[in-house]
Amino acid sequence: MRRLLAFASALIIPMTAMTGQPSVKIEPAQLMSSRPLEKQTESAVIRDYLESWKSFRAALDQNQPSLLDTDFVGTARDRLASTVEAQAKLGIHTRYQDHEHDLQIVFYSPEGLSLQLIDNVVYDQQVLDHEKVLTTTQVRARYVVVLTPSETRWRVRIFQAAE
Amino acid sequence: MRNIQKLCVSAIFTMGASAAFSQSGQMSMPHSITAGASFSIPTSGTGTGVLYITGPGQALRRDVQLGQPVAFTQGDLYCAGHYLATLVVGASTGTEEFDVIPASRPKTLSFLARPSRISIDLHDGISGAAYVFDAYDNLITQPLPVSFVLSGQYGAAQSRTITTRNGVAWTGMDSTSKLGKAKFVAQAGGISSTRVIDLVPGDPCGLTISARQNGAKLLVETSPVHDCKGNPIPDGTIVTFTEAINGVQSTADVPIKQGIARVELPAQSGATISAASGVVAGNAIHWGGR
Repeated sequence: MRRLLAFASALIIPMTAMTGQPSVKIEPAQLMSSRPLEKQTESAVIRDYLESWKSFRAALDQNQPSLLDTDFVGTARDRLASTVEAQAKLGIHTRYQDHEHDLQIVFYSPEGLSLQLIDNVVYDQQVLDHEKVLTTTQVRARYVVVLTPSETRWRVRIFQAAE
Repeated sequence: MRNIQKLCVSAIFTMGASAAFSQSGQMSMPHSITAGASFSIPTSGTGTGVLYITGPGQALRRDVQLGQPVAFTQGDLYCAGHYLATLVVGASTGTEEFDVIPASRPKTLSFLARPSRISIDLHDGISGAAYVFDAYDNLITQPLPVSFVLSGQYGAAQSRTITTRNGVAWTGMDSTSKLGKAKFVAQAGGISSTRVIDLVPGDPCGLTISARQNGAKLLVETSPVHDCKGNPIPDGTIVTFTEAINGVQSTADVPIKQGIARVELPAQSGATISAASGVVAGNAIHWGGR
């Protein structure tokens, strides 16, 4: 059972320790669909997904939903934007710093209009009331992500941590 | 493996051996919560505090009277995902992680079927992919059976049941040998979604042409154009007529009208006239000459 106890004394991790590029591990794709995955497509999807974390981090930290527009669409965009708005109302913001991504593409729909990947990710989540740090927690989570192609990039449509 | 708890409306979680995390108060977070269900978080201690629930999907705040449970009503926390519950009591803060899991009952299907128009008799020519969501648009990631049924106006329906993986199931289906509209239905947990597939003839088969002179012109026309199953090729399908003589070639693209394509070409002795549609070539006619 996953439980975490964080004491106030542990809440002063300097954010300088929370910066830097995450390590990225890419597992061989294990597609359950018939559509082959071109190497170029795989690279583009992973690049765009990792980019989406940057806008996710910025939007949730700065409470600016417009920062999501480039990389998120549909339900994922709506939910994150709603969270940003809720945070702003509550006077809090959240800093996410991704440290590790372990990615695997698991589904490429036959018509090529959606692609699903699993991300076993490790990130720090720091909750701040205005500028006061309330907690910093290192999270290990398994994200189920669905991306769809848009004009120039893949955008995240479903972004959901799953058990 | 985690024990997923289905919550009733009045469920209150009590966790044994919960960690105490502050001098003035503590809480017992459930390990997981079903999206949209009501729940309570027991607290102990005295005084007041503030509870924050934060994750990518939602951010909530509750004032807490320590010693009293913190109640969340149905629909308060509905986005599936991973969350932190942070209880702030004075200068002390305690945090626990928990998951909000999708409800197990499907509410909507996102069903992608391709193509919307296809030639008859193609093996695995039709594909369908279904994403399954609960009432709060959470992707249901627990395995669920999805049935896919393709039924045309004639013949037996094709049916397959596929179990979702990570919320999605897909299948391939053969297009039937008869023209018309086919219904492609995906169904999970009593929820269904239907797409209509237009089954059209295949490529022309046995394309033949004939020619007769009409003054200085040749009237060239096809026999009624069918596919290999005998289905008429739809009007508007292009037939390309070619006349070649002395190394010079001229072509005319003509749409089929009422099952036949016809064209007038110059009647030139020694010309070779042929026709093709798509990848199918018909017979050739040598007009006059030697």
